[in-house]
Amino acid sequence: MGKPAVELVDVVKRFGDVVAVNDVSLKVEDGEFFSLLGPSGCGKTTSLRMIAGLETATEGDILLRGETMLGIPPFKRPVNTVFQNYALFPHLNVERNVSFGLEMKKIPKEEIETRVVEALEMVRMPDMAKRRPNQLSGGQQQRIALARALVNRPEVLLLDEPLGALDLKLRKAMQIELKQLQEQVGITFIYVTHDQEEALTMSDRIAVMHDGNVLQIGSPEEIYEQPINRFVAGFIGETNFLEGTVNQINGKTIDVSLDEHTIVKAHSNSSAHKGQKVGVAIRPEKISLASTGMIQGQILEIIYIGTDTRYIIRLKDDTSVTVREQNLNRIQSNKYQRGDEVGMNWDPAHALVLTE
Amino acid sequence: MTTQIPPQTRQTQIKLDYQAAEYTSFMDRLKQWLFNGYASLFYLFLYAPIFVLVLYSFNKSRFPTYWTGFTLEWYKILFNDHLIGSALKNTLIVSISSTIIATIIGTMVSVGIERYRFRAKSAVDGLLFMPIIIPDIAMAIMLVVFYNLIHMDLGLYTIIISHIAFNISFVAIIVRARMASLSSTMEEAASDLYANEWNAFWRVTFPLLIPGILGGALFAFTLSLDDYVITNFTSGPGSTTLPIRIIGMTRRNITPEINALSTMMLLTAMLLVPLSLWLQRREDMS
Ligand SMILES: Nc1ncnc2c1ncn2[C@@H]1O[C@H](COP(=O)(O)OP(=O)(O)O)[C@@H](O)[C@H]1O
Ligand SMILES: [Mg+2]
Repeated sequence: MGKPAVELVDVVKRFGDVVAVNDVSLKVEDGEFFSLLGPSGCGKTTSLRMIAGLETATEGDILLRGETMLGIPPFKRPVNTVFQNYALFPHLNVERNVSFGLEMKKIPKEEIETRVVEALEMVRMPDMAKRRPNQLSGGQQQRIALARALVNRPEVLLLDEPLGALDLKLRKAMQIELKQLQEQVGITFIYVTHDQEEALTMSDRIAVMHDGNVLQIGSPEEIYEQPINRFVAGFIGETNFLEGTVNQINGKTIDVSLDEHTIVKAHSNSSAHKGQKVGVAIRPEKISLASTGMIQGQILEIIYIGTDTRYIIRLKDDTSVTVREQNLNRIQSNKYQRGDEVGMNWDPAHALVLTE
Repeated sequence: MTTQIPPQTRQTQIKLDYQAAEYTSFMDRLKQWLFNGYASLFYLFLYAPIFVLVLYSFNKSRFPTYWTGFTLEWYKILFNDHLIGSALKNTLIVSISSTIIATIIGTMVSVGIERYRFRAKSAVDGLLFMPIIIPDIAMAIMLVVFYNLIHMDLGLYTIIISHIAFNISFVAIIVRARMASLSSTMEEAASDLYANEWNAFWRVTFPLLIPGILGGALFAFTLSLDDYVITNFTSGPGSTTLPIRIIGMTRRNITPEINALSTMMLLTAMLLVPLSLWLQRREDMS
């Protein structure tokens, strides 16, 4: 593998007293679909704007293919952006919007024409060339914004919550289409989103951000199966946290005592030591119900959601645990009733000990 | 639900509802009459004098007390009045040139203030509003004193400069409002698409500002067209404009020629209204 397409080295961005981005370092490989994921206000847009050159980093360095971008204005950077609200030029028709970047680069007229046609075909909008942006629906504007960026064949495409304004159904369809498009053109995508499901669906790798920091970088599986701390575990998907103290470490499993009578088993974590206060994180779908188990509780609520049934179970100490069981049988067997005492078990390999 | 109410109760209910409805409809109608009456009076108050003026510009009699028959005589006199002709020429020279120059300067000022950060920003901002707040008469005197100081003879040039001075503010305020309503994302998108500052301005910002610029220019033109106070102070021999000439005429005696002239000016203004509405529509479009 060659130089990373984009590299951020100890990047800090402050707006007066506000630290928007706090010491972020990351590498985005060539051709990768890389997502910045985190709640609103965590610094995703600011990070993206620094890569585009629309914002200057307070500290640190930003490199494109190993070359520093410090002091290089946005119009000289080989990156293009799909803005959050598309930012199409209202006074230009679709065709002129798409050809804008090529005209600025002084590409010959004939080549501009063919490339614009290609780009509009690529986003499946070949007949919209003469329309004005205000004559297009949100989804169509989104496609034009994409065409306007991709037509320039940038080294890196930056996308700031491009599907955020679309309704759920269209968003789901566009997620798949965007992913296919990215594989087809082979351009590196840096994709900003606050929607964890979207990030998991589309990305090769995800950087989870919180309060200006990157907490974890990894593939969707790694982020989901091995979150490094409570924030990541809680933000990506659904997680139950059980608070306890490390009781014993035996090889691959750790015994964590929740109270004097209850000890649960979890996967070992090298940074945990005996007597330490830790959280045991376990996904709802990894717990199975039985008459007795590692922990006991009372069923508070049974929610049928088609593919799954969700049980909310209250433990003795009043914390509640969510359990998901897939509905494999056509007719749901009424195994449990509200108010039943049940036990919960899991494979220790699926329970994580989180020290942070 | 209504199905539970016994039939008799239901009838009384309906009757009561009906009476209530009748009462409210009476109140509604009363309100409607009052509103219509008020609106009619308002428009009568606004337009009756104008109607009378137009009507008497076609009156044979020299005096506005009696209607003695239809004539175009006063229009003939008006079009042959050399003094009016030269006053009109001066007015157009002043209005057009001051509008063009003030629009250019005003636009540049507003772009500068909106897009760049500098230390004296709030001071420049405040100064820009001054000509709007200062009474015309004070501004007129200041200008005359200033021209004296630099030994500039009063004439068409001094009028033009004075009009530029007050028009800049009005243009700048209108263009700035437009500028502020454009988000900076447009320029950012342009620069993301390889446009340097020059191209970003001329290809994106400027076209989006055009409705504001034209609106500002139109406003400046109308202000300049009928300015009396400042023009009167800063004019010299041979630089009489239309408003000054008209007021001069009314000092001696009011003839229907003035009615004819006012009617012509009214007509011009009525042509400007659709123009400004058209500009407004363009603004909505983008
Ligand atoms: N131009 C700015 N001036 C001041 N604060 C800003 C500016 N831009 C962003 N911020 C702040 O920086 C933080 C991160 O913002 P942003 O990058 O937009 O977050 P995200 O895109 O993840 O929602 C927020 O607290 C935001 O208020
Ligand atoms: Mg954002």
